Amino acid sequence: MKIALLGNPNTGKSSVFNLLTGLRQHVGNFPGVTVEKKTGTLKINDENHTIIDFPGTYSVYPHSEDEQVVYTVLSDPSHADYPDVCVVVLDASNLRRNLFLFSQIYDLGMPVVMVLNMIDIADKQQLNISTEALQQQFPDAVIVASNARVKLGKDRILEAIVSAKKTENRALFLEEATMVAIDDKAMQEQEAEKRFAKIDALIPLAVTQKPENKTEESKSTKLDRILTHPVFGYLIFAGILLLIFQFIFSFASVPMDFIDEQFGNLADWTSQVLPEGIFNDLLTQGIIPGIGGVVIFVPQIAILFFFLAVLEETGYMARVVFIMDRLMRPFGLNGKSVVPLMSGVACAIPGVMAARTISDWKERMITIFVTPLMSCSARIPVYTLLIALVIPEEKVLGLNVQGLVLFGLYALGIVAALGVAALMKLFIRSRNKGYLLLEMPAYKAPRWGNVGITVFEKVKLFVVNAGKIILAISIILWALASYGPGNRMEDAVVAAEQYGEENNLDEEELADRIAGAQLENSYIGIMGKTIEPVISPLGYDWKMGVSLITSFAAREVFVGSLATIYSVHDDGAENKPLRKKLLKEKRADGTPVYTLATGVSLMVFYVFAMQCMATMAVVKRETGSWKWTFMQLGFFGILAYLGAFISFQLLS
Amino acid sequence: MGSSVKLTQAEKGVDVKIQSIDGDELRSKLLELGLTSGSTLRILYTAPFGDPIAVDVEGFVLSLRKSEADLIRVIA
Repeated sequence: MKIALLGNPNTGKSSVFNLLTGLRQHVGNFPGVTVEKKTGTLKINDENHTIIDFPGTYSVYPHSEDEQVVYTVLSDPSHADYPDVCVVVLDASNLRRNLFLFSQIYDLGMPVVMVLNMIDIADKQQLNISTEALQQQFPDAVIVASNARVKLGKDRILEAIVSAKKTENRALFLEEATMVAIDDKAMQEQEAEKRFAKIDALIPLAVTQKPENKTEESKSTKLDRILTHPVFGYLIFAGILLLIFQFIFSFASVPMDFIDEQFGNLADWTSQVLPEGIFNDLLTQGIIPGIGGVVIFVPQIAILFFFLAVLEETGYMARVVFIMDRLMRPFGLNGKSVVPLMSGVACAIPGVMAARTISDWKERMITIFVTPLMSCSARIPVYTLLIALVIPEEKVLGLNVQGLVLFGLYALGIVAALGVAALMKLFIRSRNKGYLLLEMPAYKAPRWGNVGITVFEKVKLFVVNAGKIILAISIILWALASYGPGNRMEDAVVAAEQYGEENNLDEEELADRIAGAQLENSYIGIMGKTIEPVISPLGYDWKMGVSLITSFAAREVFVGSLATIYSVHDDGAENKPLRKKLLKEKRADGTPVYTLATGVSLMVFYVFAMQCMATMAVVKRETGSWKWTFMQLGFFGILAYLGAFISFQLLS
Repeated sequence: MGSSVKLTQAEKGVDVKIQSIDGDELRSKLLELGLTSGSTLRILYTAPFGDPIAVDVEGFVLSLRKSEADLIRVIA
């Protein structure tokens, strides 16, 4: 049996879904569109049934791509996802608006279950709901009450699903109702007026309200006045941001160091256990570090989405959108752009996907376009290495200069994102004016089960999306670094060995020297030398060129590549040997390579450049167009090149 | 019965009734949210800079931009 789960946003629909399916669910896409499709399995009397959680809608007639899915499926009985039973979740404390969608679905004639959810909130608001009155109006519906947030009502809903029957000649709620054409707005509006007229007649029979009901509402409104206050509202939001970033940047480093170490150990162990050879190299230099490079970001992404899920669950996020909308609008963005941009600080991939909630096309495109300009966690290792290298450990006005520079890089990313957004606002012609219609849900304590599932899903999304691409590129880059044309690499090794003998290098120094010589003569070394003329105005040599190319797997690969090129052991966290070596590095004319100018130029390059294939793949999927993807690559590339060029020329 | 004004001109905290909604795409969306003619609205609070605004619509809180609220004509 196929079951469709439908309902307005903020009705606790996903709580009901989680209640019915537990963890037996998986997330995919509806065919042909980027709309999330959550499918779960539920068991009734030892029989498995499929349940699909549809996007929350206020009507069967769509206004966005998300909502389109509901119409497409329900209007076409031959559709693969066409349900045998519809379960419609209603917010019991807000029946008037919720009955609109329910009555539309009821009038489609299929078996239907009405789940009166959040019955506790209705109770608190002193609302008395008469199921008899509702049953009288909807005789063929099975009506159950539930409070999914405290796991109440699962058995009742399951029973209701079994007992829901298709009825011939159903007495429709709105007599002449038929599903009208998707673009017949006039008919839809007429229907809406008529439907609400009938609902308004029903409500006094179904809902009785004790006179003191206003207190609960004003409590929520009072809290809203503080959280949306011109001063306190922003201060509270800034405080929450600070707390989140404190967790992402400081506390996440513990599990991250642990992961780094474990993958290092695994690679060492594997290389010793397996016989030497190409398979060993592929595994220990390509695949294991490649997977490690993905897993290392999991703690930060998990922490960020934990907080975002909590803010969403409590209803606070709607208030953030509310106070940020006016500030974002001059930049062609929407209050809802805040979530993608915040996510972008951990990783652009979930950020770009979070832009789905923005219903306006133009505002959504701009948000997707600028999100990768937020400095993501993969840039941190690059920033920290370069800052330690070229920025003196001094204090100015009591502030740590290195810290200021790091802050400046983040600020530069944010300013660039807003600037590019404002620019795009001028150039993108929109089909319609942007709008923001947003329900402010009642404040609730978060359900930790829902938070956990969200975090798990986001992490999975990242690992799957970024994982396969980062892994694939890691393998390609490994191959490019391990092979060279003809005998070039072999000859270089011989030369390095000779040098080692003449200069009495110890075993480790010799091994590092050989690795460096091999890389220089590999395909990727040759690529680095080929682009050298292009990047030398930025202050870069071919070695940095190689590292720039390898950064396309993931930006943090930059550090490891430099370590290999400069023939030093990458000791992970501190990079001390690498830093020493880099500082000693001289140009042909004897001047040091890693000056303030080069370092800043590199950092600026990393702020702007679109060096992440995984993000590009997600942008392509979310926008459905290569045009946007390549515009992003090209535009950010130009920005990075110009920014780095200007910084280098100014500082040298 | 007062005269009809834009929702943005209505007084905060006072119940008003919808007379009509202008606009195209937005009109049907607002209707489906229950902003039918004759239903009761009340401005609860506004965001900093006076935009967007939060409105009580027969028991739930909807936030909308000023430009959207301008499309709604109400009777105080």
